[in-house]
Amino acid sequence: MNTEIKDNIEVTKPPIASIGIIGWLRKNLFSSLSNTILTLLGIYLLYSIIPSFISWAFIDASFVGSTKQECSKEGACWIFIKENLKLIFYGLYPSEELWRINSMYFVLLVCGIYILIPNLKYKGLVGSFLLILFPILSVVMFSGGFGLETVETRLWGGLFLTLVIAGVGIVLSLPIGVMLALGRRSKLPVVSLLSTIFIEIWRGVPLITVLFMASNMFPLFMPEGVNFDKLIRALIGVMFFSAAYLAEVVRGGLQAMPKGQYEAAQSMGLSYWRMMALVILPQSLKMVIPAIIGSFIAIFKDTTLVLVIGLFDFLGIIQFVGTNPDWLGFSHEGYVFAAVIFWIFCFGMSRYSQNLEKKLDTGR
Amino acid sequence: MQDRNLSLSNILFNRSIQGIFYQIVTLGLVILAIIYIVDNTARNMVARGLASGFHFLGVEAQFDIQMTLIEYSPTSTYFDSFIVGLLNTLLVAGLGIFVATIVGFAVGIARLSPNWLIAKLAEAYIEILRNIPLLLQIFFWYFAVLRALPKPKQSLEFADSFFLNNRGLFIPDPVFGEGGVLILYSFIAAILISIGIAVWSKQRQNKTGQTFPVFYSSIGLLISFVFLSMLATGFPVTFDYPELKGFNFKGGIKLIPELVALTFALSMYTASFIAEVVRAGIQAVSLGQTEAARSLGLNPNQILRLVIIPQALRVIVPPLTNQYLNLTKNSSLAAAIAYPDLVLVFAGTALMQTGQAIEIIGMVMGVYLFLSLMTSIIMNLFNRFMRVAER
Repeated sequence: MNTEIKDNIEVTKPPIASIGIIGWLRKNLFSSLSNTILTLLGIYLLYSIIPSFISWAFIDASFVGSTKQECSKEGACWIFIKENLKLIFYGLYPSEELWRINSMYFVLLVCGIYILIPNLKYKGLVGSFLLILFPILSVVMFSGGFGLETVETRLWGGLFLTLVIAGVGIVLSLPIGVMLALGRRSKLPVVSLLSTIFIEIWRGVPLITVLFMASNMFPLFMPEGVNFDKLIRALIGVMFFSAAYLAEVVRGGLQAMPKGQYEAAQSMGLSYWRMMALVILPQSLKMVIPAIIGSFIAIFKDTTLVLVIGLFDFLGIIQFVGTNPDWLGFSHEGYVFAAVIFWIFCFGMSRYSQNLEKKLDTGR
Repeated sequence: MQDRNLSLSNILFNRSIQGIFYQIVTLGLVILAIIYIVDNTARNMVARGLASGFHFLGVEAQFDIQMTLIEYSPTSTYFDSFIVGLLNTLLVAGLGIFVATIVGFAVGIARLSPNWLIAKLAEAYIEILRNIPLLLQIFFWYFAVLRALPKPKQSLEFADSFFLNNRGLFIPDPVFGEGGVLILYSFIAAILISIGIAVWSKQRQNKTGQTFPVFYSSIGLLISFVFLSMLATGFPVTFDYPELKGFNFKGGIKLIPELVALTFALSMYTASFIAEVVRAGIQAVSLGQTEAARSLGLNPNQILRLVIIPQALRVIVPPLTNQYLNLTKNSSLAAAIAYPDLVLVFAGTALMQTGQAIEIIGMVMGVYLFLSLMTSIIMNLFNRFMRVAER
């Protein structure tokens, strides 16, 4: 009986207009009058931006040549970037010593790729090399010593300087931030009060005033004769500033930890530091890794501010190159180039943290 | 029992005694560090012949400021320059917050639009703007866009009353003539009556369940009151339009290019963060809430106004105020394009002239610290007030 009935029914296909490309368009772009208007406005917006940008940046742009005169008037003059590339990437770092920076980039790249490949052994080892030995090695390689020629920090600049400041900010601020977070959560009133005051002061003021303070007030704080280099002063400012922000992120992770974890660790007889190092911190840091990367992105973007105290970071050098009389009038190219590079770094980090978030979300 | 409490090992390993010990050590170290720094600073200041104290605030500042909201001249004191800088900071922060809120809410809602193209455009806006440093965006708007605008003679104009050129943005200035005060009074009266209606309708609804169109009646009241009072006084409001005289515009309100660029960059950048906050807030209200409200017979407008928005706001407001605070702190980047804000005027020029780094940077940091502490206090109150009343 049943089969007979089934055979008689013809399977009706959905109407053409509700499937395939047409269906998708109707559903997502033209579902109602107001949506149609919005879609048309959106298309108009894209039409007015994208073609003119593409023709400026690629079609009418000049790539070959070495002087300003070889640039077309209509399009972008990428020759400007090409000719100043060394300045933009390395600042005034002496040309014959550039291999020192490049080799450290290479080491960083190899280690980074190794860590990003899933399911490899000794990741922890490579990670701790990057966090502990690599910075020490970098200091020697970049500034000189042990037979290497000394390069003063005033010659450092460009993207290299940006990466140095962001790297130092990130590597040094994490342990300080963890300590501050533990301090703020501590049951000892004096420790908790001091940590809270410290964190809130740094978080309450803009980075620019911190940098002004670092460049104007730090020299007064030190005993006579002790004089810090301008870069180190800026680094100290950036380090404390980002440590305060990281402390709040880590505190979030500590607060999200269920009380049972603390109680279980204590009933095992672990001391405070062992409980934190072996039980609480590994779990809570893992929970807030995405937020930590978010802070790193913020630090990376904030490093551009060092130009107000006269350090020539990536953006600073692009501003500086634009004032060179031989290359006046190319600020658009400089800004677009800087924006693209910054965007790649920041967007890459945020995508990485999203992936990590998915991977670490092991279903609690 | 008594003996065990007195034994040495018990004292050494007693948690509370250990705690007190650690606290004394920490406090001691911090105090030592502070003494060390203060001592060094005092020596250094003597060695460099630097003055200390706040006497300099009453001294003539002897520098001019490009844009001032209050009377200021080079003969004014350093304290006046502090106030000028503070007001300029608050001005740009206020403008930025206003624009960023509108753009941010629009983009955040567009991000959730069922229209694929609009949602993708909003996403592109967010992902591009928040991944580029703010300083770069400020430089772009200031050096690459506003500086590249035409001269006053070829200004971009809108409705013959708004002019944009490389000297800034010129807008008409409203001038209130005789009787202008009456308009203000009637405006205030309309607001008060609307509040009265709202209270009355709430009470009536609680008693009888009947509703009253409070929103539309308030808008009607506002418009009709203002219009009637204008009619009665013979339209005393005139506008002082900017006019091209010689090489520049005269009249109207002039917004300097630094202010325009800074407001633009700050609000576009912050809007990308606000958009994400708004999106998260709306998504945090579960679909079941809408369905429950619908099954109670509420109309779409009521669902939005009585169910979705109050719940979404509870999630949105705390991070939103955080963004406002960030915007205010970021307005200090003004120093990089020479907009005369607190940092440029006071921590820049005044510091250079007086050399009193500690007092000046302390005052500037104090202002920002005050703003952020006030914000967090208000936020805590808000959270307490808005907390979900749980069973």
